Amino acid sequence: MSDGRSRLRSVVVVGASLAGIRAAEELRHQGYDGSLTVVGEESHAPYDRPPLSKQLLSGAWGMERLALPAVASDGGAGLDITWRRGERATALDVAARTVTLSSGESLGYDGLVVATGAGATRLPFGHDLDGVHTLRTLDDSLAIRSGLDAGPHRVVVIGAGFIGAEVAATCRRRGLAVTLVEALPTPLGRVIGDEIGTVIGQVHADEGVDLRVGVGVAGIEGNGRVERVVLSDGTAIDADVVVVGIGVRPATGWLEDSGLTLDDGVVCDPTCLAAPGVVAAGDVARWTNPVFDASMRVEHWDNALDQGAHAARRLLADAADPAAPGEPFAPVPWFWSDQYEHKVQMSGRTTLADRVEVVEGSFEERRFTAFYGRAGRLTGVLGLNRPRRVMQFRARIGAGISWDEAVAQIRG
Amino acid sequence: MRVVVDFDLCESNAVCMAVAPEVFEVRDDDFLYVLDETPDESLRDKVEEAVRRCPKQAISLAED
Repeated sequence: MSDGRSRLRSVVVVGASLAGIRAAEELRHQGYDGSLTVVGEESHAPYDRPPLSKQLLSGAWGMERLALPAVASDGGAGLDITWRRGERATALDVAARTVTLSSGESLGYDGLVVATGAGATRLPFGHDLDGVHTLRTLDDSLAIRSGLDAGPHRVVVIGAGFIGAEVAATCRRRGLAVTLVEALPTPLGRVIGDEIGTVIGQVHADEGVDLRVGVGVAGIEGNGRVERVVLSDGTAIDADVVVVGIGVRPATGWLEDSGLTLDDGVVCDPTCLAAPGVVAAGDVARWTNPVFDASMRVEHWDNALDQGAHAARRLLADAADPAAPGEPFAPVPWFWSDQYEHKVQMSGRTTLADRVEVVEGSFEERRFTAFYGRAGRLTGVLGLNRPRRVMQFRARIGAGISWDEAVAQIRG
Repeated sequence: MRVVVDFDLCESNAVCMAVAPEVFEVRDDDFLYVLDETPDESLRDKVEEAVRRCPKQAISLAED
């Protein structure tokens, strides 16, 4: 490691959110004492995103509570960071080891952390109208909040993924009329399967959400300002505020001609190394996770933290010895979503399951544990108001527990 | 080192339990119990990791 420190004199981190800041923090923690530049497109100081759809949107919290702890107290002075905030990276040249900024300036580096995250996907229409939003950034959340403060007659949320479901829940708790539109048969169905998705849909319906599933959106209409959402079955829903939550795309546009391999994210080796001297972390990074022997790109808060730190250590190891194989990044992903007073938590892999079973509790009591399995192995666990169980089985999934053994343990 | 949990923020996500089971336990009632409010210095790295990993930023360390 001491060699790595001496060879690595300048590190550039592109992306000033959770993964990038965690990488910067870990570099310093590991003793890196060269220059450390963090480039961030947004002008705000680094902040935490989960409250954007919950506490900030509800009005319970002000934006000052979102500051990331690593840089909250001193603005990053303790980490000796040179900030390039409000500037965007527009190009990377891996061979020359330079990053180009929107100002035209070029930054050289010995080590680069790519942590540009992801951007909200937009519909092909409607986004030119006032009152139509996506939710990814602090400014997005503040804009939606301001729309909610104005007392809209109805909010239409397009897309019942986790962001859409949380926005719908927050709006209901503010006493607003909400329609939640999802093209698939159930909310969250793509991730958690239709059976469990149906239960989540029922939770929202019980809370008074007007849930429309299995129907697409054909248009968003208005005159300068949004007035209605037209569904693919011809139904028109009057709306003052529309939130589009149809997923995100990894922010790789600036890397098109960089020499990095792009395929729904920056393709890394199993250790998070994308090229000599380049690591990637967070929503933008795709790598093969040995726990599941599968290519993954994980959009979770917890993964951004974990992978940011791992990527930083990998960069140091690469600088110390470029020929060393490096440590694979082998997490069992974990995720939470708060909707109303309910806590949804997931760990492992819930997609591609050949078996899904509620193994504890029941839908009726709104408290249960569900297992997801594939080829005889436990691959994922979901809890509704079962945090302890999810965390217990997170570790066991990492250890490769079989389906039968997992079921025996929970019923034991 | 003294572990301080803000129970108004804590939502029993149990991340801390996974990181530092010597100090944190979320029981079957799904409430967090701090098993050792003044853990030994040998646990500092783990406890600091638990502080960092808490999704609600509900844990802090007091040095007194």
